[in-house]
Amino acid sequence: MQTEQLEIAAFLAKTPPFDGLSEEALNGLASQVEVTYFRAGSDILNLADPIHDLFVVRSGAVETFRRTGELHNRLAEGGIFGQMGLMMNERVRYPVKALEDTLLYCVPVDLFKDYCDRYETFADYFEGEATSLLQRAVESHHDKNDLTSVQVKELLTRPMISVAGDVSVRQAAQIMGEQHITSLLIVERTHRPGGEAVGLTGLITDQDLRKRIIAQGRSLDTPVAAVMSEDMITLDRNAYVFEAILTMLRHHVHHLPVLDRGEPIGVLSLLDVVRHESQSSLLMVRSIFGQPDREALAQIAQQSRAVFVRMVKEDANSQMIGSAMAVIGRSFKQRLLELAEAELGPPPAPYCFLALGSMARNEQLIYTDQDNALVFNERYDAKAHGEYFDRLARFVSDGLVECGYSYCEGGIMATNPEWRMTLSEWKARFGEWIDNPNPQALLHASIFFDLDGVWGRTRWAQELVRFIASKTRNNRRFLACLARNALNRTPPLGFFKDFVVEKGGQHANSINLKRRGTAPLTDVIRVHALAVGSRAANSFERLDDVMDSELLPDGKGREIRDALEYIAMVRIRHQAWQIETGNTVNNNIQPEQLSSFERRNLKEAFQVLSNAQSFLKYRYNSNIPLR
Amino acid sequence: MALPQPHSPSWSAFFEEQSSAARDERLQRFYAAETLDPDTPIANAPLVAMDFETTGLDPAQDEIISIGIVPLSLSRIFCRDSSYWVVRPTRQLDEDSIVIHGITHSEIAAAPDLERILEELLAALEGKLAVVHYHPIERNFLTNALHQRIGEGIQFPLIDTMILERRILEYQKGLLDRLLRRPSEPIRLGHCRARYHLPHYQPHHALTDALATAELLQAQIFHHFSPETPVGELWC
Repeated sequence: MQTEQLEIAAFLAKTPPFDGLSEEALNGLASQVEVTYFRAGSDILNLADPIHDLFVVRSGAVETFRRTGELHNRLAEGGIFGQMGLMMNERVRYPVKALEDTLLYCVPVDLFKDYCDRYETFADYFEGEATSLLQRAVESHHDKNDLTSVQVKELLTRPMISVAGDVSVRQAAQIMGEQHITSLLIVERTHRPGGEAVGLTGLITDQDLRKRIIAQGRSLDTPVAAVMSEDMITLDRNAYVFEAILTMLRHHVHHLPVLDRGEPIGVLSLLDVVRHESQSSLLMVRSIFGQPDREALAQIAQQSRAVFVRMVKEDANSQMIGSAMAVIGRSFKQRLLELAEAELGPPPAPYCFLALGSMARNEQLIYTDQDNALVFNERYDAKAHGEYFDRLARFVSDGLVECGYSYCEGGIMATNPEWRMTLSEWKARFGEWIDNPNPQALLHASIFFDLDGVWGRTRWAQELVRFIASKTRNNRRFLACLARNALNRTPPLGFFKDFVVEKGGQHANSINLKRRGTAPLTDVIRVHALAVGSRAANSFERLDDVMDSELLPDGKGREIRDALEYIAMVRIRHQAWQIETGNTVNNNIQPEQLSSFERRNLKEAFQVLSNAQSFLKYRYNSNIPLR
Repeated sequence: MALPQPHSPSWSAFFEEQSSAARDERLQRFYAAETLDPDTPIANAPLVAMDFETTGLDPAQDEIISIGIVPLSLSRIFCRDSSYWVVRPTRQLDEDSIVIHGITHSEIAAAPDLERILEELLAALEGKLAVVHYHPIERNFLTNALHQRIGEGIQFPLIDTMILERRILEYQKGLLDRLLRRPSEPIRLGHCRARYHLPHYQPHHALTDALATAELLQAQIFHHFSPETPVGELWC
């Protein structure tokens, strides 16, 4: 039996989007809501918990938070929350806390969905919001940098490094050097029932070492306690970044020890704050174009690691991270070309600068080399123009190395005259590889066929992509060879479905996630993509085209996508961890570093790769017609 | 008939006795339902908020004219399962009370006698712990109405949010307040709600008041008791 809830209906009648409902619809809704009270300070929704209702704040106020713990929004009477979770996967996306004593009206999910189906204005309100998600993702970069909403603890990305007071100044300096830090905490550890207490006794900085030791000619055996600063200004871990800046300015200090319930947990330096401020990928791209020379570019290139780590922490997926890093890499190329043209004068012939491989696929990560090439039109005259473009290519290539993109070992760079050709020469070369697919041609095909124009006449790059697609589509012989070539790198699974690790060498007992995982999957996807005439370069976009063509059995495309995403994310998270712990970044992971859950999933993903390779063998066997 | 007192487990004994002693079949069934153990934490108790509008305040003279029922748990109030009845009193309605509860003569004229909805009402209460604000109204008016109609009354445990509020205020009062006998704060439903920052609801509609009482109970428990508090410490 439904009974009219007068107070609830009256309130909803003046609250969007309920105010757009007819009286009947409104009363129906009001009679079915649930009500719940939360005391100020209590948790209303916890991250990733199941969510079953749309919530309307009837009285009081709540705060919603990002995954990172940053404040996302404050809602008062009439505010609505929970819709994102309901529309995505029925999990809480933004945790919610009661700021004041709060009374909530809850619209159960089945009722919410029923009303979305039945009342267009109601659905529009929420769907409009969902489409602006992307926009919000972009906006959130601004929020992230909002000094008033980020807390100090989020900037402390490494464990505390500290020493006892009797440690010598020499040892302290060694530790600071090894850890790449400019200050060191001096602590006193005391044992007490229930654990160890850590008390902060002092701080020593680079500057202290210079002024109080070297300048005064004191012995390096002096204990740090004798020269450390003792009356330090400290910050609580929950202080906001702007408070940290104000404190630093007011007291003329560049290092602030950070405390958690009175115990030190790290040091915040001015540099940390500045770095935080310039980490978002959008800001980074903007600043790339503002750098006056190669030296300055190389300086800010160091930030790309921080952007990468930050995106991983913000739970970005591999596609978002891959394309953000590719955009950054592309921006470096573009700025370097601008600078090169400024230095060498305007180009004597029009050209297009190509990016190849992972950058072209928008799948770039942090540890990567440069693959690039040049395209000209028929006006190009090697004798007259060759020297200019040789210098241009060298300028860019050297500049990229300075920015952390190492030279291509295979010499696939615009500095190599072999990879500076006119459009028709490129087509002839590609045609040759496709018609005569020997091992060398196939190797080149798998690099050059992922291409993207980054500068100059970029439509020539598009023309090359169209040319490749038209030549390879349904080309049984070429595809059969490319498919065989895609089987060269196998997943690291043994006969009993256990991991097969590298036997010896520097990376013994590890698995190379790129060579044994993402790269062979990318190869498999490329074969299918070329078979269906896809012009996309990104593996996920290629898979979409392949799935549309119904070339793969039902569900297989989805499986490959999930496997690629999973392996890529393990690789990305591993690299983020390596960056944060100051290790060399590579693609090698030791299975025992993974949880049993991750190991199981990773095996499953490798099994998908293995199955996909078997299917490739069968599908592109030259005896079977393609369509 | 002596009523069981707080902290005494005798509600279950009383219900068991009544399930055979009651003559009315509907009452027998009501009493036969499983009773709540006094040690049950309030968070686990199935609750039902209830409010009556009456023609006046004297249970010997006045009568029930509307009943609102809203089931709840400590964490959720379920409007979907709420009920509301207007019932016809045996005597004429006077103009004064119409001003208060807004129920008109014509609504009353079309309404059923309480006995016709008794089965439904008991079904809504069965197996649940009732929550009211100022329990003498609900307890005395219902039992009198039943005496009048079927010759026997009804009793069941109730949580009275007014009693809870009085306990809370007494506890909060300082020694000085008590020594100086400072007057207590008002404990009408609206006043109590305001102390917990609950919104103002238009009073004197049985269903709205039942909802208002349900919300008040949640607020009182979260502020001054705990989800673990046994119902035996709350009911009367």
